[in-house]
Amino acid sequence: MAKANTEILEEAVRVIKERFGASEHRFRDEVTLIIPPENILEAAQTLKETFGFNVLIDETAVDYWPQQTPRFHVVYHLYSMPHNLILRLRVPLNGNAPHLETMEKVFPNANWKEREIWDMFGIVFDGHSDLRRILMPADWQGHPLRKDYPLGYEEVQFSFNAEEIDRRKPYAKS
Amino acid sequence: MVTLREVSVDELRHLVSERALTGETMLLNMGPQHPSTHGVLRLLLELDGEIVVNCIPDVGFLHTGVEKNMEAKTYQKAEVMTDRLDYLNPIGNNLVYCLAVEKLVGLDVPPRAQAIRVILAELTRIASHLLWLGTSSLDLAAMSTFLYTMREREMILDIFEMCSGQRMMTTYVRPGGLWRDVPVEFEAAVRRVLEVMPRRIDEYERLLTTNELFLDRTRGIGVITAEECVQWGISGPVARAAGLKYDLRKVRPYSGYEQYEFDVPTQSDGDVYSRYRVRVEEMRQSLRIIRQALDKLPYGPVRSNNRKFVPPPRSELGVSMEAVIHHFKLWTEGFMAPKESVYAAIESPRGELGVFLEGDGGPKPYRVHYVTPSFANLQIMPLLTRNHFIADVVGIIGSIDIVLGDCDR
Repeated sequence: MAKANTEILEEAVRVIKERFGASEHRFRDEVTLIIPPENILEAAQTLKETFGFNVLIDETAVDYWPQQTPRFHVVYHLYSMPHNLILRLRVPLNGNAPHLETMEKVFPNANWKEREIWDMFGIVFDGHSDLRRILMPADWQGHPLRKDYPLGYEEVQFSFNAEEIDRRKPYAKS
Repeated sequence: MVTLREVSVDELRHLVSERALTGETMLLNMGPQHPSTHGVLRLLLELDGEIVVNCIPDVGFLHTGVEKNMEAKTYQKAEVMTDRLDYLNPIGNNLVYCLAVEKLVGLDVPPRAQAIRVILAELTRIASHLLWLGTSSLDLAAMSTFLYTMREREMILDIFEMCSGQRMMTTYVRPGGLWRDVPVEFEAAVRRVLEVMPRRIDEYERLLTTNELFLDRTRGIGVITAEECVQWGISGPVARAAGLKYDLRKVRPYSGYEQYEFDVPTQSDGDVYSRYRVRVEEMRQSLRIIRQALDKLPYGPVRSNNRKFVPPPRSELGVSMEAVIHHFKLWTEGFMAPKESVYAAIESPRGELGVFLEGDGGPKPYRVHYVTPSFANLQIMPLLTRNHFIADVVGIIGSIDIVLGDCDR
């Protein structure tokens, strides 16, 4: 008889914890594995080939600024289509300009998702085939979803300071 | 002096073929103002005569920083921004956000609210598919369908207006239930849709399904296989047209979809025509779900009774001090969510729409991320368009049913 899906999940969790030094966290039936950055590629490869986690639903990041170790978490959601299971992987990254190996070789659709993470968080993916900005304009400065990036606002112009504010507004001047 | 920098071909060197650099093939810019790119999508096409060699999608023209903005608002107030993402599926966007919030804080939803959520979500699916059917056949020069589908879509938008006061940006689904109960006219209006729509869907099919011109433009165009769909994380009608029987309403049911009987239509060819057939059949299945949900619509409250997360009804404010306190706390400070993260997903008209939500113990979401189907679907444009005529690119964009607000967020 085939194994129940939950058994497969437990086995996957056990294998990844043993082999890749991961730690486990559970919340409302969702399983999260925290994996050291150097092992993430192999762990994903193992999950894909051995346990049928064949879809990368999502890859994104979270910024924990001002905390520095780790400052970022890169979050992967893997889905196993044959067993109907979801597993979340988190990779902690230290420092302000972190690097991580690209997931593109395992899941090709990581391409755009990693471009978005680079664009929004400034995390560099080593070995990525096309690491350009995707949502922000090509000449944009900074990475908007970082917590130390201010939420922009429009300065209110009154008659006494209208000209002064106008001078530093970023639109084309004659 | 502000200088605007445009991306040069040099930076795209790794994406185009060698022949583009010698000038043997032509680079052509399509969009972002092109009417058949369904919004502000820009495609950079490398052409060999009329044949597309490479297609480089350039997205982000509609980026509005919704995820960043939501971090600065409380859980209830951030919901208003979710309507604006996928503007053809506002109820679905609300629903998935609310499912994530409910999961994060552990909130119950009464059965009546769940059934109404399903009815409205399916109506939205029909409305979205109607607009898709109209515009994508308009791209293929079938003018008349557009006029008919917009007429029927209006009936559904009227129902939304009746419920929420808004035709599109409804914010009707709230964490813990709904904003308010549906009005008394609701049932008759939905029954009218149920009565009229099957006939009308047959009418659209008569216009297109066996139309020789339509078949010529859609059969064998933009083919994708089921394996490629899995590889590239494609879901929804595009995957189902390739033979992948994958529908979140079946495999991971939410809001009580497991109670309803419906089929998941699939096709096997994975071309533009298959996607058309799948979506038309999906509208019929949605009608089936709505009929079942409406027939056994339970009575009862439409909001959770958990006052720590859901504001008390207006009628209690005059008589209960506790209600006033709850009302005040919820609308000034908001409710606290644990320092945890959850993922919730629904089947939107375009595929799997997910929300990754992380709380930090305070009243504002620490991180919200929308996993959107349009983003995934656009990524495979190079795959779909390779070696097709440039005229077919228009049909292919239409067939993957992108909404740029959904893609760019």
